[in-house]
Amino acid sequence: MFSFCSDPDALDTVRWFSCYLTTGVHMSFYVAFFKVLLLLAVTAPVALGFGFLGAMAARSHFLPLRWFGKAYISLVRGVPDIVFFLFFVIALDQAFEWMRHQVLCPGWDQPIWQGNDFIVCQAAKLPLGTSPQWMHQTYGFGLAVITFAIVFGAFAANVLFGGMRAVPRAQLETAEAYGMSHRQTFWRVLVPQMWVYALPGLSNLWMVLIKATPLLFLLGIEDIVYWARELGGTKTPGFTSFPHGDWRMWYFLFLLIFYLGFTRVSEVVLESLMQRLTLGQATAGGEAQRKAVPR
Amino acid sequence: MSCVQTIQDYGLRSLGFGERLLPREGFTLCEQFTLIGSGIIWNVYFGALALAAGFLLATVLAVAKQSHNRWLRKPAEWFIFIFRGSPLFIQFFFAYFLFLSLKGASSFFNPFTSAWLGALIVLFLNTAAYTGEIFYGALRSIPKGDIEAADAYGLSGWTRFRRIIWPTMLRLAWPAYTNEAIFLFHATTLVYFSGFPAWQQKGDALYYASYFADKTFNPFVPYPIVAFYFILVTLGIIAIFGAVNKRLNQHLPQEARRKLRIRPQVIR
Repeated sequence: MFSFCSDPDALDTVRWFSCYLTTGVHMSFYVAFFKVLLLLAVTAPVALGFGFLGAMAARSHFLPLRWFGKAYISLVRGVPDIVFFLFFVIALDQAFEWMRHQVLCPGWDQPIWQGNDFIVCQAAKLPLGTSPQWMHQTYGFGLAVITFAIVFGAFAANVLFGGMRAVPRAQLETAEAYGMSHRQTFWRVLVPQMWVYALPGLSNLWMVLIKATPLLFLLGIEDIVYWARELGGTKTPGFTSFPHGDWRMWYFLFLLIFYLGFTRVSEVVLESLMQRLTLGQATAGGEAQRKAVPR
Repeated sequence: MSCVQTIQDYGLRSLGFGERLLPREGFTLCEQFTLIGSGIIWNVYFGALALAAGFLLATVLAVAKQSHNRWLRKPAEWFIFIFRGSPLFIQFFFAYFLFLSLKGASSFFNPFTSAWLGALIVLFLNTAAYTGEIFYGALRSIPKGDIEAADAYGLSGWTRFRRIIWPTMLRLAWPAYTNEAIFLFHATTLVYFSGFPAWQQKGDALYYASYFADKTFNPFVPYPIVAFYFILVTLGIIAIFGAVNKRLNQHLPQEARRKLRIRPQVIR
């Protein structure tokens, strides 16, 4: 990257490292950090949305919808963690391809499952065999996002369901006494008040979500774990101008510190958010804040 | 080949006994059940030993974190923060490569790079940190009256801790600790996915499940089998911990007893 990088063998330590850490592959490593942040930025709102819908369904007055919501919550929460991640990506992939197969290749007469193989027509392949490399990567990333959102959506649904139930009954009765309809009570009284009850659970979930991001590696995404393994491995002089021994330990130490810093920052931000949400609420925390304000 | 024969060949495959080659084609349901079941042995090994050793360290950590002496409190706080604040997955990778570097320096570290010891140490430290935090929370919520009563009876120091504080701490922490135990057993599936190599194809349940899923392109059989085995393990944990919970609460009136509430969680 720098002009003095043309001959790495002649450099002193500081310059050598400044060149080494700015090579093209290292740029891919840094981009992978943005992939993690992107995954979090996309997954968190989508999972929260899934969770909100799930919680609404679970407390619906319409029986089948209520069953659906409760089944979603307990099914996803009951199945062991990582198995779900490995299973869901392949299952979703096959489901998409199967649906496209039904639409795009109506004249197909062979069975789709031939023994142990899953075979759909060429036009139904996702992404198409002819599409460029970045399409394949984006598709894989998209599947990962959906999987994360479904799994964490169920957990968020459970937290939000609990939060909705924790809102004092008297608040809702007051709203009804003022003549609000069910919908108005829900949106104007219940939803604004439930967050303070749901936030401890949600922040816990956010921490778990941060710590689940390295699983992208298992789903075949070129994420930070992948690059740390690639870059840290022993490099011999024949293949690179920056030879070094086995540095994977240092790369993973760096990842460890990255995650520790990330969770620490999240803790601080969530704590201040909690302080703001508590303001004016009918809880012990809100009461303490009210008394602390000098009048 | 009958199913009994398969069980004889592969029942202890994960420990290195029986048939050396894994099945290569024409996978029967029996083969999948047997091999994945033999892999579960490793999950139980990791889970049980890490939990037992972690329990002791967690008690020490909780007491240290509650201490007024900052030379005891700070290290405990840092230990808990480091292991709870970073993904277990990254901890596994880091530990594996750390042990690999140490192996180059001294042959004493040879066994640490294999899963049976290296991964066990990581799981042990990790569960100690999580459990330590649970115990710390329980220590802080011990009823004031209990401690005052102990003081009134003239109990102090070690006796007071052993007779009053520790049992009450366990009683309060037990429901959360049960969840942690289930959670730890689920986390043992990460071992063979994170650095530690499976030597001679001796792996855990998920290792064999992904072997079958890769070979057959069909995730709908092996992964549900893993889930099935894990549900069995989970039920076993709930039974054992439930019995202990009953024992811990036996002196209380019926309505004051704390029920176990099982809350499974995703990856740590």
